Formats: sequence, structure tokens, C-alpha cells
Amino acid sequence: METFIQTLISGLLIGGLYAIIGIGMTLIMGVLGIINLAHGQILMVSMYITWIFWKYFGIDPYIAIFLTIPIVFIFAEGLSKYFLHPLIKKDSILPENQVLMTVGLGMVIMELARAIFTSDFQSIAPTETVFGTSITPPEHVTGSFNIGNISLATPLVIAFVIALILTIGLFLFLMKTDLGRSVRATAQDKSAAALMGINTGKITILTYGIGSALDAGAGSLLLPVYYLYPDVGPIFTVKAFVITILGGLGSTVGAIFGGLILGLAETFGATYISMGYRDAVGLVIFLIVLVFIPGGLKRLTKI
Amino acid sequence: MKQLLKKLELTRMEWIALGIACIIPFVFHTSLYIQGILILIMLWVVLGTSWNLLAGFTGQVSFGHAAFFGIGAYASAIPYLHWKISPWWGLVTGGLAAVLFGYLLGKLVFRLRGPYFALGTLASGEILRLVFGEEEWLTNGHNGILYMTTWISKYPYYFIILGIAILSVAVVKLIMKSKLGFYFLSIREDQEAAEALGIDTTRYKNISLGVSAFLAGTAGAFYMIYMGFVDPEVVFALHHISIITILVGIIGGVGTIWGPPVGAVIMVFVQELFRSSLFGIGPSWISRIHALVFGALVVVVILYMAGGVVGDWDLIKNKLKRIKGSGATS
Repeated sequence: METFIQTLISGLLIGGLYAIIGIGMTLIMGVLGIINLAHGQILMVSMYITWIFWKYFGIDPYIAIFLTIPIVFIFAEGLSKYFLHPLIKKDSILPENQVLMTVGLGMVIMELARAIFTSDFQSIAPTETVFGTSITPPEHVTGSFNIGNISLATPLVIAFVIALILTIGLFLFLMKTDLGRSVRATAQDKSAAALMGINTGKITILTYGIGSALDAGAGSLLLPVYYLYPDVGPIFTVKAFVITILGGLGSTVGAIFGGLILGLAETFGATYISMGYRDAVGLVIFLIVLVFIPGGLKRLTKI
Repeated sequence: MKQLLKKLELTRMEWIALGIACIIPFVFHTSLYIQGILILIMLWVVLGTSWNLLAGFTGQVSFGHAAFFGIGAYASAIPYLHWKISPWWGLVTGGLAAVLFGYLLGKLVFRLRGPYFALGTLASGEILRLVFGEEEWLTNGHNGILYMTTWISKYPYYFIILGIAILSVAVVKLIMKSKLGFYFLSIREDQEAAEALGIDTTRYKNISLGVSAFLAGTAGAFYMIYMGFVDPEVVFALHHISIITILVGIIGGVGTIWGPPVGAVIMVFVQELFRSSLFGIGPSWISRIHALVFGALVVVVILYMAGGVVGDWDLIKNKLKRIKGSGATS
């Protein structure tokens, strides 16, 4: 029973992180109408940025997140403006050429990271020398605490809380601000939105940035609990699209539940089936959802 | 045979390409390294052509071609591991196993369209990678399966893979000249319209997938025979097989017969050029960015030449002419 509860809680905590990765992907999917196959690579970039802030400047990862998100936002805006947006006007044989572009961009980002940081595994090291003084990561980055017999990793709990805050912030933005309403309008019907005087081109570019910024948040939060290496991207790209399909394309609420379900399924799969199948569980769920409930959770919940 | 050749309508350029492909390993008879590269090029020709039939001509963009490649490789390796059956049989069974898998996969993913289809195929490749890594009783897991290669010389391997490559390009060319090819194109252009005209789209998509899977599976079996080693992380690799296959198609030209072969040559050439630090004359850090350069090339091609090198060849030729012309007048 304890194992069960332990698994349940770990699953929910990691699921919270997956949820914001999924929401980012969903936003992009909803407005741009493409699957962003560079999503994991952007997450990887944000992990490296946070890691650099820790290693060379000694900035706590949970503070560095406020620097990482804007940096990645600007970076993604650039990608969207100069690489993805121009493709809308070009016609090509395959309608998927924006998706293929994200593949190309993902590859470039990954290989750049490999050229700069090599393929070595990185993580928050026990000691680091910054400006001549030696620092150790604070307790809340490495520690864990117990409730009864259940052990909880502090960074995961903090990550869950911050993920929650980011999600609520995004919802306030989407529901209450004019810009947020424009984003939703563009997602629902691009041409109708354009007729209402919304600059859909700008909104499209902006949305890619917002989606990537959420992704960046997840990346920073993952750093204390995950390894970091250039090939980490594709793992999270796969997770992100599993969540998106699970939640129903373009549904943010669906993405939250999708993230939580994926987190739970993975941890239960790892505990009760086999550690090696942790990543396969998500994919199997994905295929089942695709075939049996093609609309994802959106179809069941109607939101 | 004569009729077949007539049907293929080989142009002069194609005869020249064929001639070069037959002679080139003898030109580099001193260098096993270059011969290895040539084999690699031919392997990518097969994979790229196979992907192009399904994606470029039928419009079903697959992100999981590694699945067929890997199935082919394991179809040749598993009988060897358990019953010591020669992996060479894989050249027959590899393709068939991939077709069988493709048929089952098709039942699942052809219900899906557009991005869903892309994701479905991507997931299938990833699932196979994880399953083949875990099920050690069947596949020897991550330790892989080892086989002593038959020959040390690379000539036989080169001519076998060249044969497979010629076969695959010829098959695709023949298909695209036949009625079947027009069905494929109609599905790519407008599936609803094709269906309205009475084309059984699911059936023809399955045929396209079947041929594509067969070619990729045969390539996989050859890979096993040639390398003498398979490992799920290599043959089912999302990045190094599935994605590169797509990129080969894009660079060369999606939906053109000669796109993937050209793409394969460019891809392998660029990679090796940089991997060897511009053949040893450049600084050594260049070898670290070989994949980066290829990725950047893909981005540039998608941005400025949506049809790929072969698809936009006229455009490139005109541009070059203009540059030459302006140089002459000024």
C-alpha cells in the first residue's frame, strides 16, 4: 500500500511538470496548427541556461527560472519569426513543411548544444567553484522530506507548486487579457479572428514564444531532478505530443489532465511493470487514445 | 528485360549516373574508407527512396521509418541468434517482415490523418525501440546481436546494396509511371476528391506503405549483414534513422524520383566532409559540427528551396546563370 501511495504521489508531482510541457505544446498546436517537434530541444536549451546560471554565477535554479523564461521566450520568438512564419506563404508539395522545419531546427539546436557542451551528462554538482568561492547546492535543490512513510523529493514538490502557479498565470492571461483573448480567437478560427481586426500573424509568432516559455519553465524545474545532455530533447518532445494527443488537440485543460495521467502512468509502469518500459507506457497510451478516443480527453470532458 | 528497360525510359543523365555508380568503387580501390562511404550512400538511397514513395508521392509523411528498418535488421539477426540461420536470408525475410509489420501498423495509423498520422508512425518506431531493448530472451536486449561478416572486401557489399538501390529507384519509377502512381498522387493532392472518384484510398495507401516497408526492411537486413551487429538503439533510432531519412528526402526533393538519391549523396558527403575535418586539412573542431552543418542545410533548403535540390533544379540553374551573366557583363 505504501508503495502504491508513494508511486501515486511521485506520479502526480512529475505529472504537474509534464502538464506545463504539454500546455506549451497545445498552445502552439492550437494556434499554429503544427506539432512542434523542436519542443524538447527548447526544453533542453532552457535546462542548459539554468545550469549555466548555477555553474558559473551560482544562481539558485528556482531564481534562475525568472531569467531563463524571458531568454527562451525571445529565442523562440526569433525562431518563429524568421524560420516558421515565412513558410506559411510558401507552397510546397507537403503541407507538413512547417513541422519538418521544426525537425530541422531541433536538430540544429541539439547539435549546437553538443558542439558547445559536448555529449557529457551534466547535473547540479555537489560543489561548484563560482568566482573563486566554492558553493554547494541549497537544501531545497537536493533534499527530500518524509510525510509518514512517504518520502518526497523537495525539488519535485517545489516544481509542482511553481508549475501550478505558471498554469494559473497562463489561464489568467488567456481568459482575462485582450492579448489572451486574441490568442484564443486565433486558435478557434484564424480567418474570423483576422476579420475582427486581430493581427493573426503577430499572434501566431507570439504564441510560439509563449508555448516555448512554458516549456522553458518546465526545463528549469526539471534540472534539479533530471540529467542534462544534448540528446535529452527528443525524449521530452515525445512526452509532449503524447500529452497533447491525450488531452485532445488544442485543449489546455485537456493538456493538464493529459500531463497528470502520463506522469501517473509512467511511474506506475516503472513500479509495477519494469523500469525499462517507463517510456513505452506513454507511447502505448498514446496509440490507444489515437485509435479508440481520437478526440482525446477533450471529447470526454467537452472543454 | 528489354521491355522493362524501355518502360523505365532511362535518360542520358540516368545512364551516366548508373555508369558512375558501377565504376566508382574501383576508382577508390585503395581506400576502404571511401568504399565504406559509398556503401553508406547507397543505403541512404534505399531508405530515402522508400520514405519518398510513402511521403512524397502518397502524401503520408512517416516519422517512423526506423521501425521498418529495424524490423528488417532483426528479421535477419534473430534467426541467426536462435537457430544459426544465416543472416543472408534476411534479404528475403527482412522485407517481408517489414511488410507484415507495415500491414498491422497501417490498420492502426491509416485511420489517422495529417499530424496524427505523423505522430502515430513516430510512436510505433519508438515503441519498437523500447520493446526490442527490453525483451532480452528474444533480441539479446541492449547487448545486441553480433555476427562475423562474410567478407572483408567491400566490393561485394557495395554491389549488393547498389543492386538494391537500383531496384528500389526502378520500382518507384515504374510505379509512378503506372496507374498505381496516379492513384498515389491523387491521394496526396486531395484525399476526399480521390475517394469521390472511386479510389479505395485505404487500399492504395496500404500498397504504398507495403512497398515502402519492403524496401526499408531490405535495407535494414543489409545493414545487419554488412555491419555484423544490431542494437535497438541504433536500428530503431528516432533521430539517426527516422529523422535523417526524412531530411534526405527533403534536401533532395520530396516527390521526385531522383530526389532521395541526390539527397543521400549530399547528406553523406556533407557529414563525412565535416567529420573528417574537411578531409584532414581543416582544424579538428570542425569534426564536431558535422551533424550541425547538415541540420543547417536542411533549414536553408526548407526556407529557400521548398522543392529540394532536384525539385527546384531549374530554379537553381537559372539563378546560377544569372550570377554568371551579371559577372560577365560587369
